[in-house]
Amino acid sequence: MALKIVKGSIDRMFDKNLQDLVRGIRNHKEDEAKYISTCIDEIKQELKQDNIAVKANAVCKLTYLQMLGYDVSWAAFNIVEVMSSSKFTYKRIGYLAASQCFHESTDVIMLTTNQIRKDLSSPNQYDTGVALTGLSCFVTPDLARDLANDIMTLMSHTKPYIRKKAVLIMYKVFLKYPESLRPAFPRLKEKLEDPDPGVQSAAVNVICELARRNPKNYLSLAPLFFKLMTSSTNNWVLIKIIKLFGALTPLEPRLGKKLIEPLTNLIHSTSAMSLLYECVNTVYIDVNTPPLPSLSLSLCLYLSLPPQLCVQKLRILIEDSDQNLKYLGLLAMSKILKTHPKSVQSHKDLILQCLDDKDESIRLRALDLLYGMVSKKNLMEIVKKLMLHVDKAEGTTYRDELLTKIIDICSQSNYQYITNFEWYISILVELTRLEGTRHGHLIASQMLDVAIRVKAIRGFAVAQMATLLDNAHLLTGNMQRMGICEVLYAAAWICGEFSEHLENPMQTLEAMLRPKVATLPGHIQAVYVQNAAKLFATVLKSQEGNTDSTAAQETSQLMIDRLPLFVQSANLEVQERASCILQLVKYIQKLQQKDVEVAEEVSALFAGELNPVAPKAQKKVPVPEGLDLDSWINEPPSESESEDEQPKAIFAKEEPKHSRPRREEVDEKELAKRREARKQEQANNPFYIKASPSSQKVYQEAPGVEHIPVVQIDLSVPLKVPGLPMSDQYVKLEEERRQKERAEKKKKEKKKRKEKRSGRGKKHDSGPESEEDITPAHQVDIVTEEMPEWSIITSYIFIKTKSYCVTVHVCSSRPLADSEKLPVRSHRAAEAPKSPTEDGDATSQEPKKKSSKEKREKKKDKDRDRKVRISTGLFLCLLGNHSHLILVSSGLPGINKCIQKSKLVFCFLPLTKVYDIQGNLQDGSQVVVSVIFENKCDSFLKSMEFNVLDSLNSKLQRPEGSGPHDGLTVPFQLPPGVSNEARFVFTVQSIIMPQKLKGTLTFIVKNEDSSTHEKLDFKLHFTCTSYLITTPCYSDAFAKLLESGDLKCSSVRLEGVNMPFHHLLARICFHHHFSVVERIDSCASMYSRSIQGHHVCLLVKTVSIDAKCDEPTLLGNVLDEIKQTFSQC
Amino acid sequence: MMHFMLLFSRQGKLRLQKWYTATAERDKKKMVRELMQIVLARKPKMCSFLEWRDLKIVYKRYASLYFCCAIEEQDNELITLEVIHRFVELLDKYFGSVCELDIIFNFEKAYFILDEFLMGGEIQDTSKKSVLKAIEQADLLQEEDESPRSVLEEMGLA
Repeated sequence: MALKIVKGSIDRMFDKNLQDLVRGIRNHKEDEAKYISTCIDEIKQELKQDNIAVKANAVCKLTYLQMLGYDVSWAAFNIVEVMSSSKFTYKRIGYLAASQCFHESTDVIMLTTNQIRKDLSSPNQYDTGVALTGLSCFVTPDLARDLANDIMTLMSHTKPYIRKKAVLIMYKVFLKYPESLRPAFPRLKEKLEDPDPGVQSAAVNVICELARRNPKNYLSLAPLFFKLMTSSTNNWVLIKIIKLFGALTPLEPRLGKKLIEPLTNLIHSTSAMSLLYECVNTVYIDVNTPPLPSLSLSLCLYLSLPPQLCVQKLRILIEDSDQNLKYLGLLAMSKILKTHPKSVQSHKDLILQCLDDKDESIRLRALDLLYGMVSKKNLMEIVKKLMLHVDKAEGTTYRDELLTKIIDICSQSNYQYITNFEWYISILVELTRLEGTRHGHLIASQMLDVAIRVKAIRGFAVAQMATLLDNAHLLTGNMQRMGICEVLYAAAWICGEFSEHLENPMQTLEAMLRPKVATLPGHIQAVYVQNAAKLFATVLKSQEGNTDSTAAQETSQLMIDRLPLFVQSANLEVQERASCILQLVKYIQKLQQKDVEVAEEVSALFAGELNPVAPKAQKKVPVPEGLDLDSWINEPPSESESEDEQPKAIFAKEEPKHSRPRREEVDEKELAKRREARKQEQANNPFYIKASPSSQKVYQEAPGVEHIPVVQIDLSVPLKVPGLPMSDQYVKLEEERRQKERAEKKKKEKKKRKEKRSGRGKKHDSGPESEEDITPAHQVDIVTEEMPEWSIITSYIFIKTKSYCVTVHVCSSRPLADSEKLPVRSHRAAEAPKSPTEDGDATSQEPKKKSSKEKREKKKDKDRDRKVRISTGLFLCLLGNHSHLILVSSGLPGINKCIQKSKLVFCFLPLTKVYDIQGNLQDGSQVVVSVIFENKCDSFLKSMEFNVLDSLNSKLQRPEGSGPHDGLTVPFQLPPGVSNEARFVFTVQSIIMPQKLKGTLTFIVKNEDSSTHEKLDFKLHFTCTSYLITTPCYSDAFAKLLESGDLKCSSVRLEGVNMPFHHLLARICFHHHFSVVERIDSCASMYSRSIQGHHVCLLVKTVSIDAKCDEPTLLGNVLDEIKQTFSQC
Repeated sequence: MMHFMLLFSRQGKLRLQKWYTATAERDKKKMVRELMQIVLARKPKMCSFLEWRDLKIVYKRYASLYFCCAIEEQDNELITLEVIHRFVELLDKYFGSVCELDIIFNFEKAYFILDEFLMGGEIQDTSKKSVLKAIEQADLLQEEDESPRSVLEEMGLA
């Protein structure tokens, strides 16, 4: 035995220690892996020996290898062995190895509990120290539970060295074993006043971290911390305390008042930048960020530290030569910007300077700031500066970043800050000159978006795009610039789609058919071909009007000459389109030779206008019964099939078939028929968005988009003007335009003042131009009516209702379909077309048609019947689990002709982000009902008043000074065929019960010669579901919520529901605003929250729903509503 | 709270890593690799902060070594820079004008110093003196452990 030990020890003398290992690795750079694998083998041998010193040495080496990325988990048990050595030297190594290698799933950890407990109570403070340090890295819930008491005792250890470590590790223990917090807290609080500064700062650290997670529980400590803050001189501790107050103050605004003095003192006196930064950051930023914007606002008032002070301090940071301070200054600035935009905007000069900084990350920060700083007034100036930087910028990444920022800045919130779109288009055109950018598609999509949505700009845009197309060689000349040729995609499409605006369509057509085009990417060529056809239609139309028929024939010839180039394309899309159009043109040519006028029919191919559809419109189409989107329609093709695919070359050579022209003709007729049918259908379909998209903006100014004067501009501007860049012209023009406007306004104001001179004091002060004073030269179409509830307007999809395009019918959920089926509607719709003038003649006709008087009486009776039906049946099933309500007014005798087609769409929005945007207070007792009024009759509707009979619980918010029964004036008038949206705010006391409110809408129907006053009754149904807001919830938070025991239970059976489970879930999500937390097979947990913060949790199974909520009544009602949804299926 | 601290060389070799949050081994490797790439690519005149995933990275270069810390959104970048600097000072005091090789060959010592300075991602002691004192005493204890041991004793013959 002794011999064996001797042998082992002698071997050991030749063992490698850590230094040898490190040296070895450094000497074996070429075959490091091999060397290490031999080392690991050695280590394995060493670990097998009984000598603890050998083991410790081996473990030490393993720790090093672990850092290099080698797996050492196999040695976990040996590490535990070394940890339990009685010698400090080895223990230290063992704990170090454990802290580096162990994690929660290491199974040997459970063996360590007793060893750690022993070490914790060791008389040697350093044994205890290493144990605590190690434990802080690998503490598991089990360890935390078992050792919490031991550690708590250590918090009152005689040695500050141990106390401080024990206090710090308690935070980790709390995280793993929250139950320990309550018993340990008094002692932790005690440590705030520990005589040792190290222990004190450790306690501050821990409480600060805890308070960040749940500030409410630590409010009682505020006085103590206040004392610490005024007495401590340790910056590390002060920073933590300030952070802590940042978390506490929103809960207790009175704290703010108290903090003013010490904080201001600190800001003024401290020399430590980190402390200054913390003061500024915490006070103005952490506190001011949501989720408590309203409170923080008041906090700022309480603090009454002017934001200027803060911004000035930040200015000092930014002006500092230290890059770090500069960066942080900008970062903090961008956070302040959200709450105090005005005070930051005055430092625009400084931020623009930072764009010149040599540090890219500082430049990027400055760019971020600029994004938030733009206003209508300074947009052009800022973008001009940025354009200069684009020209100077080195390195494509930064330049690309600039480019995207320019576009972001300009396009933010629906081009809110752009007052002159001609300027913007020219900026976009200038950006196409950038070399080597990857963002061609971005520019292209902007061009498309602007051209589609800003109708007034189309003429100008088309001219610019035509120039681009003409100079396409500049864009494509260099292979490096391939990214930018995406722009040509947009250019070709815009020129084709809005070809009626082209000055010289023939020239553009030629440009689009140049042979060089064939070098462009396939998808661009495809657009070229398609839009060449559109242009061709336009050209034909203009040429056929002339007497000279040869011109038209020449155009056809041009197409026939050039298109074969594309027919040969290897790109399928290009080839197909080209051959199709080529045959069409050939056929047209034949007709032309027979002197048949074809232009009308050709352009009919591309007739129709673009209409906006909300991005989520598709969601409103219910999934048809029995449709399973996950199942295969056809079995997926086997792998081998795809290999059999024929090479492309064969397609390219294939000649187009001769039978095509005939089919084309048939198609034409049929298409026309279908189009007609569809138009009919659209006319009858209330959900179809009509060609004139409505928007609130459009009606703010009476003349509408088309009537806005457009500045005349020389359209023959070449791509690059020597000297002044193009966009600069617009800056000047815009300035002039604004001055003019201002002058006009002043005139008006003068007039007003003259009138008012005798009256009260001045209302207007013609000081510096304010944001609102600048009226945009062009309007952007904004779609709101089909927006699903609580979604912010982000982007739009435009769907074209052209012959070759799929029409999308936007349907809403089920109850809508019911209302659509109303007998009234179909009846009226059928009658409507024949009597557009009947309306006015009604009285004069009466005496003549005495015989028909009886009939009329009967009809009135019928109408009355209908009225009853409507007010009892239809109006009840509104709102709630479906977002829209359609009221079809009719039954009212006397005005039926007019209103029969007038339609009100109500949609329902609990107060959510939409409200944020408008800057109102977020409040759990407010609900916004957004109502879309659509006038479907031929008369003008005006003076609309919306009134609701308040109940005890729900009240319509009326402007101050008006009585409880006064109606609200709808702030617009409705010309025939347009719709607009108005929002009404309701205050709701309790949301646990559903509510029905009666209301009336009164309005004046104005015809050419008469006007009548009419009234429409309706009911608003506030279901409990409508108070729920879809809120995502993580499964762990969900589990905690369920465990908390605050929730009441309830359940409901779903009978006779036979639909796939995911449809069931989808329905609950869609109709009742839940989100799925977790789904396992046919069982899912779902979550939602009410606007007043009630949690609603569901456990959905195929036949039943178990539910929990902190408000049983609300839960009962929600479940009833869910049941109702499914009973309707 | 600090999430982790990394030390790596200009050549992209990891010299020290300390994780204060439970992270799977594979994720650790991925994060280290990703961060090294980002930090090493930055030019010397750039500022020391960057936003990465949902963390803030604070790094500073001392000679050929990069010290790199990941902190949370609400944490103070400047104080973290000071933490790094303080750690370097401690290493410097302990090793006597520290160089990369000191940390390579005595990597466990570097860990011990770090463990005395930071614990669970929080600063343990703001006083340099008391940190150094603690390390010295622990080392003394270690020497006591080792000194009485003669070769014979160790061979089990004494």
